[in-house]
Amino acid sequence: MALPSHATASQRISYVLVRIVAGFGFVFLIAPILAIIPISFSSGSFLSYPLPGFSLKWYEAVLTPYPWLSSLRNSLIIGSATMVIATILGTMAAVGLQNLRFKYKALLTALLVSPLAVPVVVSGVALYFFFASVGLLGTFAGMILAHTVLATPFVVITVSVTLQGFDPTLVQAALSLGANRFEAFRSVTLPIIMPGVVSGAIFAFITSFDEIVVALFIAAPSQFTLPRQLFAGVRDKLDPSIVAVAVLLLVVSTLLILVLELLRWRTERLTSQKR
Amino acid sequence: MTSSAPNNLKSKLARANRRKQFLAASLVAPLAVFLLVAFFFPLGKMLFLSVENTDVQRHMPQTSEAITTWDGQGIPDETVYAALVDDLRIGSENRTIALAATSLNHEIAGFRSLVMSAARRSDDLTPPFQQSLIDHNAKWGEHETWVGFQRAAAPYTLRYLLASVDLKRDVDGEIQKVPESRRVYISYLKRTLWICFVVTALCLALGFPMSYLIANASPRARSILFILVLLPFWTSLLVRTTAWVILLQSTGIVNSMLMWVGLTDGPIQLIFNRFGVYVSMVHILLPFMILPIYSVMRSIPKNHLHASASLGARPFATFRYVYLPRALPGVTAGCMLVSVLALGFYITPALVGGAGDQMLSFLIAEFTIRTANWHMAAALALLLLLTIIVVFSITSRLIRPSRGNRS
Repeated sequence: MALPSHATASQRISYVLVRIVAGFGFVFLIAPILAIIPISFSSGSFLSYPLPGFSLKWYEAVLTPYPWLSSLRNSLIIGSATMVIATILGTMAAVGLQNLRFKYKALLTALLVSPLAVPVVVSGVALYFFFASVGLLGTFAGMILAHTVLATPFVVITVSVTLQGFDPTLVQAALSLGANRFEAFRSVTLPIIMPGVVSGAIFAFITSFDEIVVALFIAAPSQFTLPRQLFAGVRDKLDPSIVAVAVLLLVVSTLLILVLELLRWRTERLTSQKR
Repeated sequence: MTSSAPNNLKSKLARANRRKQFLAASLVAPLAVFLLVAFFFPLGKMLFLSVENTDVQRHMPQTSEAITTWDGQGIPDETVYAALVDDLRIGSENRTIALAATSLNHEIAGFRSLVMSAARRSDDLTPPFQQSLIDHNAKWGEHETWVGFQRAAAPYTLRYLLASVDLKRDVDGEIQKVPESRRVYISYLKRTLWICFVVTALCLALGFPMSYLIANASPRARSILFILVLLPFWTSLLVRTTAWVILLQSTGIVNSMLMWVGLTDGPIQLIFNRFGVYVSMVHILLPFMILPIYSVMRSIPKNHLHASASLGARPFATFRYVYLPRALPGVTAGCMLVSVLALGFYITPALVGGAGDQMLSFLIAEFTIRTANWHMAAALALLLLLTIIVVFSITSRLIRPSRGNRS
């Protein structure tokens, strides 16, 4: 968007101004994330530049059974259980909503995704009180239930969006060819909406994997997840091993975005081919 | 035969439709039931705690029962005093009286010591109890004491909700402000709203030009700029907050850069204050402003702008009357998202803010975990939810493009 040669002075000024402000914004967004990465490879223990030398010792320090690997294990257990339950519940609900003819469908949909609109502290406190009364505080089951509440709306949304581009006559075709509803779903609907289901599953996993507030309320030390342990680390002793954990989490989320972008790209290509 | 065939088909179709609807409903049902049990029920139960008032009823049941018949004039009669002595005796034996006394103290300051000392002497009291209690402490003969007790013994109370905005009821039941020295919570509400406003304004100021640049960039540049927005967007909030803690420390990167450039001789306090909160909150919420504005800006046809220019509009007029109205829905959506999310922030202010930078969420967490005053936590949670609803409806109205204004 180069400026035309007949641009007025005020046009030139605003052109430059927009670029300066926006450029500052982009640097502001990305620089802090990039700036911390080298520190995790420092051979010293200061969290600043210049680095005294390169070393992997902080990663070695992180890859010890306690506390980091055990909290990684907890995160993976809770994250994958959340992912499985949320994906099943959310996909079923999204498919059901698609076919449901119901006066208050919009309200029902809003209620099913409403955990997204409530501040996590409020949901966390509500679950804390509830779990305290039913004995789920400080249990894996409690953490999984709580994370499933927060994660399922993402699955409902991603699968619903994919279903909007889905042609329902394909199911009718399958039914008229003798398939029953389940077979039609499994062999026609599911393969087509699969990218949405997988994106939903990834969203659900990330939601649980990055979640900290609910973990603060209901996790006992034996269920401490990676973010919970990181939170304790930031508060108590800030050294490059904390940065190393942050960088590892960063790598995990970057990999997951790549998968998501790939899926989005694939869906876009498939749908554009159809037209 | 001729007439029954279509009917038959119709009823078959209706039956198939019903079966389909039943199937659809049974697919939605598991999630609906799950959320009902694991989200709406806990949420409702927690919010209900903000008006629930059972401590006094549970631990002083006889007095609570007897006081319901008191007409509120003068002082109650002997039956209430006798019930009180009974409750005090049982309560001090079971050691539950302190729980009731604490709850009574919320209603009237000083009630705790009044009840506790009477409980200790309860075995020495002799009938008529009205006289012997008043002899023990003249406060038992005061009208205000019993008004307070009656209110504290009611099953529901507005006490916590009023307290969450620094209000209370006086003896006559009039709602009034608590003394200035004891006002705490309203300042958290004001601060929460102010931080939300500043963060939203900063996000808009940065996000609007950024979205403009992305929307008008070449496809190649656009995908690069997009990654610069998406990568932070996808990075966990805690990791980004951690990054800011590391960067803004007194020995951190920002300070050493400032000193190296020569802007300052010693480290500046950049963290554990409001500056740190604003910087990290804007960093976390900026993508939520950019994404909706960008998606609207992309759909603005360029030829509208050319038309405006060719009709003689100056660039500013084109921007003001053609571009901005078309971009406004995106701005509204971005502001709504950012402000609603900002109101609920907890982790970031807790890690990069000082004592004077904490928001309502912090108070809710404190009351839940540290002081275990669940009623107050519930009242403040309700206050936060109401604040979000109000802010949401204001932002959605404030910057709605006013149609017909310019047509």
